[in-house]
Parts: sequence; C-alpha cells; structure tokens
Amino acid sequence: MIANLAFYLFSFILLASAVMVVTSRNPVHAVLFLILGFVNAAVLFLLAGAEFLAFILAIVYVGAVAVLFLFVVMMLDVDFSALNEGFQRYAPVGALVALIMFAELTFIAGTWVIAPAGGADRLFPTPDNVTNTVALGQLLYTSYLPLFQLSGVILLVAMIGAIVLTHRDRKRSLHQNITAQHARTPAQTLAMVRAPLGEGVALPEKQPEEETL
Amino acid sequence: MTPFWATDIGILILSIVKTLALVVPLLIGVAYLTYFERKVMGAIQLRKGPNVVGPFGLWQPFADALKMLMKETIIPTGADKLLFVLAPMITFGLAIIAWAVIPVNNGWGIANINVGVLYLFAISSLGVYGVIIAGWASNSKYAFLGALRSAAQMVSYEVSMGFVIVTVLILAGSLNLNAIVLAQKHLWFAVPLFPLFVIFFISSLAETNRAPFDLAEGESEIVAGFFVEYSAMSFALFFLGEYANMILISGMTTTLFLGGWLSPVPFLPSGVLWFLLKVLICLFVFVWVRATLPRLRYDQLMALGWKVFLPISLVYLVAVAGVMEYAGWLPNA
Repeated sequence: MIANLAFYLFSFILLASAVMVVTSRNPVHAVLFLILGFVNAAVLFLLAGAEFLAFILAIVYVGAVAVLFLFVVMMLDVDFSALNEGFQRYAPVGALVALIMFAELTFIAGTWVIAPAGGADRLFPTPDNVTNTVALGQLLYTSYLPLFQLSGVILLVAMIGAIVLTHRDRKRSLHQNITAQHARTPAQTLAMVRAPLGEGVALPEKQPEEETL
Repeated sequence: MTPFWATDIGILILSIVKTLALVVPLLIGVAYLTYFERKVMGAIQLRKGPNVVGPFGLWQPFADALKMLMKETIIPTGADKLLFVLAPMITFGLAIIAWAVIPVNNGWGIANINVGVLYLFAISSLGVYGVIIAGWASNSKYAFLGALRSAAQMVSYEVSMGFVIVTVLILAGSLNLNAIVLAQKHLWFAVPLFPLFVIFFISSLAETNRAPFDLAEGESEIVAGFFVEYSAMSFALFFLGEYANMILISGMTTTLFLGGWLSPVPFLPSGVLWFLLKVLICLFVFVWVRATLPRLRYDQLMALGWKVFLPISLVYLVAVAGVMEYAGWLPNA
C-alpha cells in the first residue's frame, strides 16, 4: 500500500517538475526542476526494484552531468525582457514543431504492439534471485561486451573532440614547473650575506633556470 | 496474525525510533565536534580554546547555538528567496540522510541495503548542490565565485574518489557496507590499499571543503565564499552541515578502510565503541591538517586532483583487478 502511494506521489512530482522545466521563466529554475525530475525518476527506479540503475542515475546525471549543466546556465547573462519579446514571433514555429511531434507520436502509439510475454518479464525484474547489480554486470560484460566497449570509445572520442575544440595554447599564461621547484637546493636559492654598514650588498646574477620556474 | 512490528505501521514506528537513536547522538556529536576542533586547534597553537562557558567550556556549543538562534536572518535584496532559504537545508539534510546506510555495528545500520556504497556516493555527490544554489541565490559576486570554485573542486575530486571506492569493491566483492566491513575481518583494506587510503582521505578533505582545500570559503580572497550572505540560523545550518559532513566522511573512511566496528586487538570484543574511536581518530586528523597546512592555490588544487590522484587511482585499480584475477583471490568468483 505504502509502495503504491509512494509511486503515485513521486510520479506526480516527476510530471510536475517536467512541466515546470519547460514553463519556468528563469533558466536556472528550469535546470533545478530538471534535477528534481532526475531525482524522482531515480526514486521510481528504486520502487521498481532496480536499485543499481536508480543510484547510477543519481550519481551520473544528478551528481555530474546536471552540475556542469547548471554551471553553464548560471553563467549565462539572461535578459528576461528580451526572452518574453520573442514569444509572439516564435509561437507559430513552435506550434508547428509541436504538431509534427504530436502526429508522429500518435502514429507510433497507434501501431504499438506489446509482446505477449512482456507482462511475465515485468514480474521478475532480476533473474534467479541474484541482485540486479550482479545481473546487469553478467549481461554487460558477457553478451554485450562489444557494445559496451564501443559506447566507451564513442564517449572517449566525444571527449577528445571537446578538448580539441576548446584547447588553445595561451602563450601568456604562467605555468609552475613543480619538479623544477622541488629539485632546487638551498645552495641555489639562498645566499647568506653580511651587509657592511653604509655599503649594502651587490645583487647576485640571475640564475638561468629561474626563467623556467 | 502478524506481530505488530511486521505490520506497515509497526515498520514505520520502528524506523522512526531507529532513526532517532542514530540522529540524536549524531547531532550532539556535531555540536561537540565544533568544541573538539577548537580545543585541539587551541592545543596545537598553544592556546586554551573555549574554557569559559561551563566546566572546561563544555557548554560552549549550546551557547553558540543560542547566539545563532537569537540573531536576525537577513535575506539580501535581489536574492532568490526560496532557493536562498533552501540551500542550507539541502546541505545539512544530505549530511544527515547519508547516515541511513552506515553500519555502526554488525547489522546496526538503519537500512542494510544491497547498494549501500552507491547510496553514499550518490548522496555525497548531491552535496555540491547546496553550495551552488547558495552561491547563485545570494546574488553576490563573492558568493558566486565561491560556489563556482567549490563546484569544480567537488566534481574533480569525486572522480578519483570513485575509483578508490571501486578498488575497495573489488577486494570486498560486495556493494553492501556491512559485507565490506566483514570482508576486512583478517586485514583492513587500509593495509593493501595504503596509497589509495591516503588519496581517499585527501580527496575527502577536498570533498568537505576543509583546509587545505577550503578555497570555496577562502576568507582571505573571497570573504567567506558561498555563504558570505548568510546569517543566523541559515549560517548555522551551513556550519553544522560542514561538521556533519566531516563526521560522515570519517564514518565512510572507517567503514571502507579501517574495518568499521571490528576490533583490531584480538582479545577485545568488536563493537560500536571501536567504530566511534576510529571515527574520532579520523576527525582528529582532519583538525590536525587544518591547524598545520596552508591553503593550496587553485591551480595546484586542480592539478593535484586531475594530474596526480586520478592517474594513480586508475592504475592502482587496474593493477589490483589484475592481481586479484590472476591470483584467483576474487571473492564470489
């Protein structure tokens, strides 16, 4: 009974926050509602008995992806009046896109066939009484190993692409060469001098490796 | 007829009682951690620390709490009111709810779930939101700078922390925290994984924004970082949240590396006192580090996380996995 109530509660929050993502005026609020949506989706996974997926969703999407997303959105300098101005102009295009999407979804839903044995699978989310972490691992690292590795390679390529696009050598930036600093001895950096009264000391000549530090 | 404790209402009441039994000592612990820190730092710096309120200054935490409650809550103009109030609650709440899975004694955790480690990791990765939301909602540049620094820092150190945890999981063969502690019956994981233990501890300093990684606060550069605009109770919640996080991360270190409640002395019984002792030692090191080390520069902090810790933990993970596989030591193999 409690599980059912919890399901409806969290589904309601999930749908409500999904609506708020598209309707809130402030982009930061929209991202925060998106995060709330992720959290509720994770809870729904948990209620369905998929605890591994639930926490991975929380760690990856909420803990990492959404943080960076929020990061970017917060730094945008949004002019709210300019946002409202464009609404009239873009409304017809938006309505057209929405209409096309709706039509496509209707076509798909009309021809959707549910596998006859599907209901039975749903009753046993994990096979043979192993925990679903073990079950997922056994599938991923045996039958689907090539696909799993391939997705890793795709992510790697995407990462390299992002680095290549944003990396530029800033000639003016100052870098610290930690190894060179650690390799210095007191003899190279310190000189004990006794300054005679009224004469001061002569400055030592600059060490050549000081340029690289 | 099922017994009362197995009915829905019975389970609910039992959970509430268990939660109170954990949270009340925890909150008292958080209050006295502030006292502990001030006393230890005082001793290190040849001062006395708090010694006026009550015997040995023992009532100091309560005096501080009363002072905080009496102060006025100020919400800055242009702040996002709801988020501004919500942020400290998120920080403090997350530090408390993570305790649900930590086993303080054999089977004493409130929720002994299959994926306890993932739960802990998920909750600790949510901790960054309290900081970011506080920084953004304050509508202040210092707060925002602090929040940006802290977000980048927490996300960076989480990566190597994740690899360290995965290595522990390979040795333990389970995601259940109770099972992880029991797997350390003969040898604490801190011994074979000593480099990773050090990395985990340093990363946890960064994760809790403690010195020498307290750039998020950086009083000398950005006033107090993300909570510069907070006052009274909302400030107190951030403050207590930081200390609750310290206790939590010490509890995590104890569970993952120091054998939890298990007794290191063969003829003494294991129990919750051992857990407390180990947590206390970790906390002492936290305070010790704060009193002795200067703050890192921001680029040094990032370089340490990405260029030192990440490669070491990655290589160690692969090496441990390889050794375990070829030596046939993998649990449940």
